Parts: sequence; structure tokens; C-alpha cells
Amino acid sequence: MNNQNDLILREKDAMCVNESELQHKWYHNFKYLIVGIAFGIVFVKAEIISWFRIQEMFRLQSFHMYGIIGSAVIVGIISVFLIKKFNVKTIYGETIVFHPKTFSKGQIYGGLLFGLGWAITGACPGPLYATIGTGATVVVVTLLSAIFGTWIYGLLRDKLPH
Amino acid sequence: MMQSIKLKKNKKKKMSLIEFINQPWKWYVAGPLIGLTVPTLLIIGNKSFGISSSLRHVCAACLPANIPFFKYDWKKEIWNMVFVIGIFLGGIIAMQLLTNPNPIQVNSNLVKELTGYGITDINGLLPTQIFSWDSLLTLRGFIMIVLGGFMVGFGTRYAGGCTSGHAIMGLSTLQWPSLVATCCFMAGGFLMANFILPFILSL
Repeated sequence: MNNQNDLILREKDAMCVNESELQHKWYHNFKYLIVGIAFGIVFVKAEIISWFRIQEMFRLQSFHMYGIIGSAVIVGIISVFLIKKFNVKTIYGETIVFHPKTFSKGQIYGGLLFGLGWAITGACPGPLYATIGTGATVVVVTLLSAIFGTWIYGLLRDKLPH
Repeated sequence: MMQSIKLKKNKKKKMSLIEFINQPWKWYVAGPLIGLTVPTLLIIGNKSFGISSSLRHVCAACLPANIPFFKYDWKKEIWNMVFVIGIFLGGIIAMQLLTNPNPIQVNSNLVKELTGYGITDINGLLPTQIFSWDSLLTLRGFIMIVLGGFMVGFGTRYAGGCTSGHAIMGLSTLQWPSLVATCCFMAGGFLMANFILPFILSL
């Protein structure tokens, strides 16, 4: 498949896109595993994956989740600013690229639908993986259902307003 | 709360490091750590932080079925699938090695509300009376596990991202579409938790 076409296809719908020009050996993926493990540990220890915490968030009964998301965004904003200001490169010396997200009505309709589902399951996609890790095996069904939901979206995409 | 009572009684006994880590982590520790994922992924490989796309990659890898949305070089996104496997492993590690010995502290109004629906097991991270294999065969359980999951999968891809991709990465890069998405996530959640969930939980 033509590289440029493939990139355009993958950038569609504000999907996150990997765009390293370098071809790496498979073991380079190990570092993402480490970051993922650290991430999963934070998820569990800070009770971000807890259904109860999400219910508290949507009932304004606790500041915890707002504090987490808010401080994460602030740290993210500062980091991105610093990366841009000092022209920080990747560990391989490449320029760090930012992909703009284009607006689509999907952000509204899909966003609302996801929000409804988030309150039901008490989890967004990331916590689903961590929750299964903690031993709540029935959440595998939630994950499979989510994958199915994504698949159905792919199927119906052209008929949906964007 | 139990920890502070213990500390007051045994002033000579100090909490060990591992006991300290096993307590639930505060938001001002967890939040910044999560925020750091943004620059980390960028610096180690120019990767844009996002998790719901993993659902798309699984579809593309397993069952593209000639659907255009899944016809792309998913192998370029293997890093993302490795990342979420890491999250799964992190869950295992945290539960096996760093587990909180005390029951979770939940807002008392929420406890009261949940008791009204027969949800009294409020010890772990999830209400086992809803999220269990037995519950899956009940209408309530099926809605919450299967339908809820479906809405998460469909909604996140339709929106082009979840809390990681939009609320954290998108807002970190000051993208207004992500602000729109995040507001809609929260609106949907508020609507469900306060107006619709009471009916579902009563089933």
C-alpha cells in the first residue's frame, strides 16, 4: 500500500497515528510495554478503574477523578509546551510531530454515546484492560463487546453523520 | 481512616514503605504521572497517546472483513497493542503485589443509593453484584456488561478517541475538537449516572 495514502487513511477520524520514519526491530516495542505496565499500576493504585470512583465523579460526590484528569492535562500541556519550545527530539533524533485533530460531528454524537457507556461500565477503554488484570474476568466480555462496538461502527461509518 | 487510627495508637511503629505504597494513591500523585505519559510516548517514539484506537487495531488485525475503516497497515500500530497489554500486566502486578489491604472508601451518599438497588458488596474496585459471570445472565448484568461495553467501543471510535486520546492528549495539545469531545463525554456520563442508571440498576 502506498505509504502516503496509508498515512492519510490512518489519520482519519482523529485517530492517533504513529509516524516514525525509522523501521525498528520488534524488540523496540518493549519500551511501550514498560510504559503500559507503569500506567496500569497507576490505574489500579489510584482507583481510577474503580466503578465507584466513576459514579462519584458523575454525581459530583468526589474531587478525586477531576483532580486526576485536571492535573494530568496540566502536566500534559506543560510537557508539550516544553517539547515545542526546546525542540526536543525523540530518543532516535527525530523531530516530534503533532497531528491536528479535525472536528467532526462524531465528536458530539460519539462522545455522548461513549459518555453514556462510560457511566454504565465505570470504565473507558484503558481501565478495561487493567480491570481484567486485577482478576475481574467478566470484564473480558465488556472488552469483547467494545471491540464488537468498534467493528459495527466501522461497518456503519458511511451512513453516520460526521 | 483505619491507617491514621493505627498510627495514633502506635506512635513508635512507623509505616513501612510498602505499606505506604499499598494505600490508595492520591490524585496529585496519579494525575501528573498519567500526564507524563504524553511526553514519554512522544519522546520514546513519536507516538501520540491514545488507547481506544487499540480496539480499532484489533478489528483490523482479526476481522477487517473488507470494511474500509479497517483496511490500513495495522502492523504500524503494534506499539499501541503492546502498550495496552502492558496496562493489563500492570493491573495484575498492582493487584498481586501492591494491593490495598483495606476496603475501598466510597462516598456515603453513593453507598446509600447503591444499597437501595441491592448493591451491598462495596469492598473492591467493582460491585461484584453487577460485574460477575452470574450477573451476566440477568437483564441488568447483560445491559451493564454487554450493552455498556458496546457503547464504549462504538462511541469512542465515532468520537475518534476516549479520555486518553481526547481529554488528555487532545487537551494537552490544545485542540478544540478534543474539548468538544470531552464535554460530550462528561454530558453523556452525567445523563446516564443521574437519570438513566437508577432505572437500569433497579432491574
